[in-house]
Amino acid sequence: MMMNNTLKSLSNLSPGTTIQGKWYQKQYTIIKELGYGANGVVYLVRDSNRQAALKISDNPSSITSEVNVLKSFNKVQGSALGPSLLDVDDWEQHGKQHSFYVMEFIKGPDLLSFIQQKGSEWLGVLMLQLLADLEILHQNGWVFGDLKPENLLVTGPPARIRCIDVGGTTIKGRAIKEFTEFYDRGYWGLGSRKADERYDLFAVAMIIVNTAYPRRFNKTTGGLPQIMGMVKQKQELAKYENVINKALSGHYQTAGEMRRDLLSVLQPRKSGASRAQQAQVKSRVQLHKTRTGKNSSKSKKKSHFLETVFLIAAISMMYFFYLYSQVL
Amino acid sequence: MKTGTLKQVLLITDGCSNQGEDPIAMAALAKEQGISINVIGVMEQDVIDDQGLKEIEGIALAGGGVSQVVYTQQLSQTVQMVTRKAMTQTLQGVVNKELQQILGGGAKTMEDLPPEKRGEIMEVVDELGETVQLEVLILVDTSASMTHKLPTVKEALLDLSLSLNARSGSNRFSVFVFPGKHKEVEKLLDWTPKLESLTTIFSKLKTGGITPTGPAIKEAMSYFQQKRSLRSLLSRDDEQYFEESI
Repeated sequence: MMMNNTLKSLSNLSPGTTIQGKWYQKQYTIIKELGYGANGVVYLVRDSNRQAALKISDNPSSITSEVNVLKSFNKVQGSALGPSLLDVDDWEQHGKQHSFYVMEFIKGPDLLSFIQQKGSEWLGVLMLQLLADLEILHQNGWVFGDLKPENLLVTGPPARIRCIDVGGTTIKGRAIKEFTEFYDRGYWGLGSRKADERYDLFAVAMIIVNTAYPRRFNKTTGGLPQIMGMVKQKQELAKYENVINKALSGHYQTAGEMRRDLLSVLQPRKSGASRAQQAQVKSRVQLHKTRTGKNSSKSKKKSHFLETVFLIAAISMMYFFYLYSQVL
Repeated sequence: MKTGTLKQVLLITDGCSNQGEDPIAMAALAKEQGISINVIGVMEQDVIDDQGLKEIEGIALAGGGVSQVVYTQQLSQTVQMVTRKAMTQTLQGVVNKELQQILGGGAKTMEDLPPEKRGEIMEVVDELGETVQLEVLILVDTSASMTHKLPTVKEALLDLSLSLNARSGSNRFSVFVFPGKHKEVEKLLDWTPKLESLTTIFSKLKTGGITPTGPAIKEAMSYFQQKRSLRSLLSRDDEQYFEESI
């Protein structure tokens, strides 16, 4: 995406530049650029005592929209999805006014780099965290919209997934504000761009697929068959195949449902499996028992028989000696 | 607040006009009639020439719209973003005008208010963006250099209708190409809520010839006007509202 000229000038602010708020006079010194998107540039800055992230844009309405979302996120208890909001203001530079907001600096590698470094067993854990956060977000009437690995950072230790860009966050029932094609169900022809829970869950499934295809892939035939065909080609996706399929076809109504399914994939039927195992052991023991039982009864019968024969023989021998002595 | 109809022209081109009226003047004329002109410049790996770039930015600026230059592969995403951005921009203008009336003469816009007061206004703009009726007239440059970009343009337009039809407000699209077979501008598709019918029409398109961008914009304007005069019989209030406020 090419930037227009004003945004370009905003993306060239050199380290050491001071940005001062027009309304509240707070000062921020730029340390370095963290990234830029269609709607603005994000800088790492320092205020009087700490580091923070500052997003500045030539488009005041997109800044105000994002601030609205962050404010309502901050009101939601227990949600770690977005960064917390610290300040909102304008900055006048060369007679032009730019809007900015300052937020908590979330530090850490993005999702794909983290999994590459630490191993694929982290994927499941982080997706469970993400789904728990999404469930809270959805319950509060929002849909995240632009879910993708670049927008997900892993902080810690302890490892915790966080979302850094709320530009796509949309009120449930409205049209999705921002999206990225690979993670968008509309692009794949698998649903509308109306914001609902399933829109985000589709993106979560595509993020899982993305971990096996770091460079993503383009739509050819589109639809479920193409994506599931790609999933089947990767051994590491085998255990997620069922969950991915259900999420892509809109089977899960809530993030909680998908989370439960994912959990049962990651922890293979703890109660169920052990019960089956126990049953197997039990039957084996029983089998063993009956077998030994049969053996012992057989040998008992044999010994009874020998006893009887011996007794009869002994008595008849004694009787024989008795008769013999009488005859003599 | 009552919502009316937003009128937009979306111009997709890859270079400079070379025939007819100055497209920047035509864009300014359209703006005067409450139509905003948005321009998307489509380029290959090479860079668009300076003159072309200037014209693209100039048309959007004069036409009260948004412009963006992109590589062909990114077209889908850009088309929907530009349309959305332009909607917000126009609605913002409407809301600012309302604000001025409420707050009195001191030329107040949203930016003159302290940041914490902008939130609620932005919610109104968002709400309007979701519910407003939208009319998008798409003008596609079919000069020779566009030939192999047309399949991507088609995909991008289908994608646009998917994005906009997710809104609760209604949409109407129409598609024009320039140069046309016999005229400078030719109508491909009349007003319709869905762009799916493009699939068959687009594959038959012939490219080649001149780039009459100015006349194309002029023709687009008159098409809005025709429709307006018919529609105003049906819904006078809506039209009046938007003519006044833009």
